[in-house]
Amino acid sequence: MSVTVLFLGPLRDLAGVPQAEYPAPLDWDGLLAAVSPAVAEQLREPRVHVACAGRVLSDKADLAAQDGEEVALLPPVSGG
Amino acid sequence: MARLTLETPADVRLLDSGISVGEALAAFNAAYPDAGGIATFLGKVRPDEDVRVLELTHYDPLTLPGMRELADKALTRWPLDGVLVWHRIGVMHPGEGIVLVAAAARHRRDAFHAVDFLMDYLKSAAWLWKREKRADGWHWIEPRAQDFADRNRWA
Repeated sequence: MSVTVLFLGPLRDLAGVPQAEYPAPLDWDGLLAAVSPAVAEQLREPRVHVACAGRVLSDKADLAAQDGEEVALLPPVSGG
Repeated sequence: MARLTLETPADVRLLDSGISVGEALAAFNAAYPDAGGIATFLGKVRPDEDVRVLELTHYDPLTLPGMRELADKALTRWPLDGVLVWHRIGVMHPGEGIVLVAAAARHRRDAFHAVDFLMDYLKSAAWLWKREKRADGWHWIEPRAQDFADRNRWA
């Protein structure tokens, strides 16, 4: 009964691991408590987005990840 | 006939090895025989005294679907025959191509605008993360203020 959380881009360095498993269900407060304080601080920044089950949440606080779902933490992007 | 077959009207790809520019553009040209013109842009790893390699990572569930949506937006916004949007992921060296964008249209202005639009969004709104390795280690790259300003021209 767990949720996989992926740390993408620079968040991977901050977390020290590419991904982690946390108990399901996982909501926004649960996520902030589960990750390290440094990652939690980044997550509170408006420019960091959160996706759950392949969809970007319009409001991160609505996170409600169920057992087996994947949550991706998305810092500011840079392509091209 | 080119051997490479493209999806029409939008061929959108993430590539983990080198972009074959000549082959891609030959196939794109062949796919749109009625176009009056084709505009293309090739973005490259800038040869910089300090940058040894550049690495782009992506997130499978979001990155390619997001690029497809972007290609559809360009097709809706301008009268185009088709677009090509190819982006590299993985490790690249200075001088290598990172991104290849092309637009075919009846008239050149639409093709120019579409390529400009696609590049502005790929730079600062596609789900890609870029870092470069310099003498002192890896550095994550964030879009510059200019990149956001460029994108906002299309809002």
